[in-house]
Amino acid sequence: MDGPLLRFERVSKSYPAAARGAAHPAALAALDLDVARGELLTLLGPSGSGKTTTLMLLAGFETPDSGRILLEGRDIARLPAHKRGIGVVFQSYALFPHMTVAENVAFPLEARGVPKPERAARVARALEMVRLPGYGDRRPAQLSGGQQQRVALARAMVFEPPIVLLDEPLGALDKALREEMQHEIRTLHQRLGLTMLYVTHDQQEALTLSDRIAVLAGGELRQVAPPRTLYDEPADAFVAGFVGENNRLAARVSSVEGETAHCVLDGGGEMPARLAEPLRPGAPCLLMVRPERVRLDAAAGLPAQLTEALFQGDHVRLRLALPGGAEVIAKRPVGEAAMPGPGATAMLNWEAGDAWAFRAEDAAR
Amino acid sequence: MRGALWAFGLLVLLFLLLPILVVIPLSFSSGSFLSYPLPGLSLRWYEAFFASDFWLPALRNSLVVGTVSAALATLFGVPAAFGLWQRNVPGRRLILAVILAPLAVPAIVVAVALLLAFGPRGLANSFTGLILAHAMLCVPFVVITVLASLARFDPVLLRAAASCGADPWTGFFRICLPRIMPGVAAGAVFAFATSLDETVVVLFLAGPAQRTLPRQMFAGLNDEISLAIMAAATLMVLLSTLLLGAVAWLRRPRR
Repeated sequence: MDGPLLRFERVSKSYPAAARGAAHPAALAALDLDVARGELLTLLGPSGSGKTTTLMLLAGFETPDSGRILLEGRDIARLPAHKRGIGVVFQSYALFPHMTVAENVAFPLEARGVPKPERAARVARALEMVRLPGYGDRRPAQLSGGQQQRVALARAMVFEPPIVLLDEPLGALDKALREEMQHEIRTLHQRLGLTMLYVTHDQQEALTLSDRIAVLAGGELRQVAPPRTLYDEPADAFVAGFVGENNRLAARVSSVEGETAHCVLDGGGEMPARLAEPLRPGAPCLLMVRPERVRLDAAAGLPAQLTEALFQGDHVRLRLALPGGAEVIAKRPVGEAAMPGPGATAMLNWEAGDAWAFRAEDAAR
Repeated sequence: MRGALWAFGLLVLLFLLLPILVVIPLSFSSGSFLSYPLPGLSLRWYEAFFASDFWLPALRNSLVVGTVSAALATLFGVPAAFGLWQRNVPGRRLILAVILAPLAVPAIVVAVALLLAFGPRGLANSFTGLILAHAMLCVPFVVITVLASLARFDPVLLRAAASCGADPWTGFFRICLPRIMPGVAAGAVFAFATSLDETVVVLFLAGPAQRTLPRQMFAGLNDEISLAIMAAATLMVLLSTLLLGAVAWLRRPRR
C-alpha cells in the first residue's frame, strides 16, 4: 500500500481551562505527523508537551477538536476505542488482575470472537515471543514488574494490530531492567516488523530505541528526525537543549559567512557556529555546543578557568568559567594529555561545525 | 482516667445492647409471661412460631419481599453507581443527592407519599407495591457500597479492555464487574437487611396478605401477648446479625 501507515493531519485538541489541572494532558496544535509501516517512532517531550494527548487521540480515549487521523487510509479520529484495532501498552501495565496471564493475553482474541482452539495456540505463541512460555496459569500479581510488562506487550500484539502504542511502558522499572526491556522491545520490533509508536519523556530511551523521534513541546511538533540527525542537527534551541546535553551561551551575531555565523559572546570573545536558522548580523542569538565537542587543547579561543574536574570512568567532566561569568561543561576522554587541575586556565575552542547558533527567542519558548 | 473511659465505653455498649439482651432469654422461657425471672428454659415458643399460620406466612413474606426488592435495588443501583463513577457526569452531586434522598427523608413521609401515589393505581395492599417501595428505599445502600468498591477500581483497566477490542458492555461485565463483585454482593445483602427491618412503609402499604415479620410482630403485640413474638424477635436479631456479618466479610480489605 502507498502512503504512510498512520497519518495525523492538522490534529488539534484543547481542553477547557476549568478542566485543566496538573493531571490533565496538554493541548495539541495542528499536529502533522506520518508513521511509516514497520517503523518505531518515538514521541518525546517533557510533561505537558502533548505527547500523551497524541497517544490518547490515537488510541481513541480522547476525540480531537479538528483534523484527521488516518490509519491505513481510513479516518479513525471519531471511531470508539474498541473499534480501532490498535494495541496499547500502558505505563501501569493495566493487566486484568482477576484473570490469569493466558486469559489476559487471550482477551483481545475473545473480544474478536476467535475460536477457542486457535486462541490457545496464538496465546502460546505470543507468550513465547515475550519469553514467558509456561507462565500462562499465573496471576499478574505473581509476576515481577518486568514480567508484567511483557504480558502487557503480548496482549497488545496477540491480535496482530497494524500498530502498537506504548505509553511510557518502562517508567516504573529500575534502570537495569529498563535497559533489558528496551533491548527486548527493539528486538520484537525488528523480528516481527511491528510498527510502534512509543511515548517517553526520557531522551536517552528515545535515542536508544527509535527509528525516528518526534520532539513535542507546548503542544507543537518541533522536529521529526532519526536520533542521529536530531542530536547532530537540532531544528531549534528547544530540541538542542532537550535531546542530549548542550552548553548554551548568550551571544550576538557579528557577521555571517555562508553557513557560518561569527558570534560575540555576551561575556566577551568571538566564536564561530553553524546557522541553525537565518540570522542577521547584530541579532541576539544562542550558541549551543555539545560538551563532548568542546576542546581544551587549543592554542587560541576563549580563555576559561577550570572550576571542577569530575572523573566519570570513561570520561572526565570539566566545569569551566568564562570571563563574563557564563559556564561551560566539557567532556574529555580520560586518556587525553594531562588535565589541568581546578583553578588552572585553559584555552577553550570548538570547530565551527560543532556549534549551532539559534534565534535567542527560541530558548524562551 | 483510662479506667473511667473504659467504664463509660462499656456502659454505652450495654445501653445499645440491653434491649436485645433482654429479648433473647425471654424467647427461651418455659413460662407464658413477659417477665423475669424465667420459670425455666424451653423451646416451646420456637415450636409455636414454626407451627403457627400467624407467623410463618409473615416470615415467608419477609424473605420474598426482601429478596425481590434487594434484587431490584441491585439492578437499579449498580448501573447508577457505575454511571456516577465516570468522570465528567454533569450534575453528579445533584443526581447522587436524589438517589440518596430516601436515607434523609423521614420514613413516615415516604410511606404517606407512597400510599397516596400507589392507592389510586391499585398498588397499595399488593406485593408489587411493597416490593417497589422497598427497592426504592434500598437503592442508596447499593449505590454507596458499589461506589466504595469502584473507588478502588483502576479505570485504566477499562481503557485496556477497549484497546483489546472489547465494547463497553463487555468491558463492564468481564473486567469491571468481577472486580467490584464483593461490593455489589455487600450492597445486595445490605438491601435485603434493610427490607427485612423496614416497618413504617409496610405498616401503610401492606394488606393482611403482605404482612412481613416486623408488621406481624406489631399486630401480635395488640392481639395477644404470646412469647412467640420473642422468638420472632430473636430470629430477626439473628438474621440481621448474620446479614451484617456477611456485609462485613464481603467488604473486608483484600491484599
